[in-house]
Amino acid sequence: MVQSERRLKRGRQGEFVSKHVVARVEDIGPGERRVVTVRNRPIVIFNLDGEFFGLLNRCPHQAASLSQGIQAGFAIAEVPGTERCIRRGEFIRCPWHGWEYDIRTGQSWCDPESILVRRFKVERVPGSELVKGPFVAETVEVSTDEEYIYVEA
Amino acid sequence: MPELSEARPDGGSNGTALKIDCDVHPGVPTVEALMPYMDDYWVDEFRNRQIDGLEIATYPPNAPLSCRPDWRRDGERPGADRDQLSDVVLDTFGSDIAICNPVYGGLVALSEQMAAVLCRATNCWIAEQWLDRDPRLRSSIVVPAQNPILAAEEIERCAADARFVQIMLLVANELLLGRQYYWPIYEAAQKHGLPICIHAGSMYRYPTTPSGWPSHYLQDYAATPQLFTAQMQNLMSEGALARFPGITFVLAESGISWLPPYMWRASRTWKGVRGEVPWIKRAPSAEVRDRFRVTLQPFDVTDDHDRIEKLVEQIGGEHMLLFSSDFPHWQFDGDDPVPSAMPEHLVRKMRTDNPLSIYTRLREDK
Amino acid sequence: MSVRETILQTVEGSPGREFIIDSDIHPEPYSPQSFRERLPARWREHCETYGDPQRGPYAALTGYPRYIPRTSRRDAWPSNGGLPGSDLELMREQHLDRHGVALGVLEPLGQGSWTRNLELMGAVCSALNEWQLEDFVAHEPRLKASIVVPMEDAPAAVAEIRKHADNRDFVQVQMNSLSEEPFGRRKYWPIYEEAVSHGLPVGIHVGGSTGARTGGGWPSYYNEEHYSLVNSTQAHLTSLVLEGVFEHFPALKVILIEGGIAWTPALSTRLDRLWSRLGSEVPHCRKPPSEYVKANVFFSTQPMEEPENPEDLLQIFADIGWNNILYASDYPHWDYDDPEYAFKAPLSVEQKRKIMFDNALSVYRLD
Repeated sequence: MVQSERRLKRGRQGEFVSKHVVARVEDIGPGERRVVTVRNRPIVIFNLDGEFFGLLNRCPHQAASLSQGIQAGFAIAEVPGTERCIRRGEFIRCPWHGWEYDIRTGQSWCDPESILVRRFKVERVPGSELVKGPFVAETVEVSTDEEYIYVEA
Repeated sequence: MPELSEARPDGGSNGTALKIDCDVHPGVPTVEALMPYMDDYWVDEFRNRQIDGLEIATYPPNAPLSCRPDWRRDGERPGADRDQLSDVVLDTFGSDIAICNPVYGGLVALSEQMAAVLCRATNCWIAEQWLDRDPRLRSSIVVPAQNPILAAEEIERCAADARFVQIMLLVANELLLGRQYYWPIYEAAQKHGLPICIHAGSMYRYPTTPSGWPSHYLQDYAATPQLFTAQMQNLMSEGALARFPGITFVLAESGISWLPPYMWRASRTWKGVRGEVPWIKRAPSAEVRDRFRVTLQPFDVTDDHDRIEKLVEQIGGEHMLLFSSDFPHWQFDGDDPVPSAMPEHLVRKMRTDNPLSIYTRLREDK
Repeated sequence: MSVRETILQTVEGSPGREFIIDSDIHPEPYSPQSFRERLPARWREHCETYGDPQRGPYAALTGYPRYIPRTSRRDAWPSNGGLPGSDLELMREQHLDRHGVALGVLEPLGQGSWTRNLELMGAVCSALNEWQLEDFVAHEPRLKASIVVPMEDAPAAVAEIRKHADNRDFVQVQMNSLSEEPFGRRKYWPIYEEAVSHGLPVGIHVGGSTGARTGGGWPSYYNEEHYSLVNSTQAHLTSLVLEGVFEHFPALKVILIEGGIAWTPALSTRLDRLWSRLGSEVPHCRKPPSEYVKANVFFSTQPMEEPENPEDLLQIFADIGWNNILYASDYPHWDYDDPEYAFKAPLSVEQKRKIMFDNALSVYRLD
């Protein structure tokens, strides 16, 4: 069993954050996603080829749940006839108005400078490290043999 | 491209900045006037078949809008009197240069060949009968959009004359203007650095609204901004803007106040369906601000200082407006096409700086 | 008790809770096939054999394929396999309960009602009207129906209105914007006469099938087609005013739905200017066009335009008239406007109340 220790530190925006174990790595396969709630915030965790990313599950436009959208690539073209798709699966499209967000950065494509989804740091960590802390694992049973995902929030 | 400050002529007739009227309409009096610029076959066709009355349906000569009452001359087509145009547009309105947009039957003819002959004759007639007689006049090249290959040839022919400063197309044709079908026109425009003026007026190939034919001329004219929005959407969606980055599009006699709501709606849609048209790389509102300009008359905004400032801010800033009188169309009364509440900083921009920044040929010619 | 009284009672019964009226909710059948089963055998077979010929290039698809399936929110697909908008439970959860919808006006679209075949159009409209009552209103009293009419066949449309006019579960007559002619033309006037005689407003919802989507030809992309719907709404507003409909039917209330609203002041100003020049062409139009717009026309908000500077909407709303604006969600469609987030401009409590509730209460037939 894990030792749950809540030790707060400052996050990027100066607020206190802690590390929350939210799932086992194998719970979210490549190309999959899952919504978790951390400190009352819905966060959608994406697995892009083994790398994990977390976004607030709330579109900044009209607050739709991004997790209900589709993951797609990004269409680019200079002129008609040159269109192609890059980074397949690395963008989430809002299920309502179709705004596209880069899963890696949370940036919107339509207005990348001013519209972005809040991003959360998501990392993998072996169970053997977990037991040393400082992590919060309120909902996940942790075993030293497995690998876990934690969210900093 | 030379810096504006270097290229700007030292001064206009009154020793201050050059003032430019970007939309005036000389009237073709009869098809007879164009015959010196046609070959014998076409002269005979028009004469022997007694084909005349080629004014376009968008401007019925006797409709109130087609000519301001005090500018009407008995028995003459609106705008056909050269002295009147110079007197009113240049002397009374205080412009140093006026750009002619002769709107005539070649633009709408169903026959491609007749269209080409009439457009070519119109350009020749403008050059000889107007530009040669008053050095303050410039003109658009009118082209037969019915056949873009012929249109491009006409652009090549006219471009050699520096007094032709842009290319004019009507706002409703056989296809929407972004289609690749029209790209030969844009190739020629970009090559010669000529803006494309999209002017009010329709070929009447389709019902004038998406919901069929209304009963009145008034409704057709009222729907003109709808045609402009359709062309702007299409120029973006077909990738014409992306393919021809050097072309500025001038919206002439379009009205202005419809632009902000169009830009907002188009941008909202684009944010959701961008992947369908990935060559549109920024919101349509940004494209409009960068690639389009709009002429002053008909000024369809409440004549109020704050409202005008707000509108100009919404459409993208003081670089957007081009001064125009739209002579002889009846868009305003009195001797000043500039609405009384127009902020002074906008007047200077629209009369001088903005036209000079897109009409490169006006900068070069002093 | 009248519908209005019921609504007010609901509101009074829950002090502190905010309620709204939604002028645009789209009910859908479980599947296109399940709706077809409601048609008489003759038309069911016809549709199975010939489809519902419209005015586009495909046998069974719009000429402008949508960017998102069924034009719907991706989270609005019910788990039972039905279409978005078909499942009342989900509609309650996502919209009616969640946002305190006290009254939602149903606007059924398509299902064959946009066909060129007038008889089929009539049969589909009849079925749509029965279906709204049986599948929605009967189970959910907060929803009210629209009398969908075969608008290109005025006598049949009048008969359809008459058939349902006494039923208070219908609160308006519904037409769709892509029509054969602009709605000011005389062929549609019997519809207005009948609606007015029953105190029913006429809602014009975007959509349908028609000829070229612009006066300059056919657009190529959905990105353009979506905008052409605005143009069709503008054409009807212009036509209704200038062909004298409101002069002839001063009591007629028209609701323009999903066609945008921010363009209205600009169009009104343009029409007034042109009328001052060209009024001799329309002598039956005795007042400046903007006065008819203010007196007779109401605008539903969705899809709400989003100026860079959100406060710009306040001037536009004021110019339209705070009493002429009705909130609409467009549930379950993709360009859904959430009542909490759609209006980025800071509205006063009173302004908000008018748009979200009060105006609708006086526009629809709720007596």
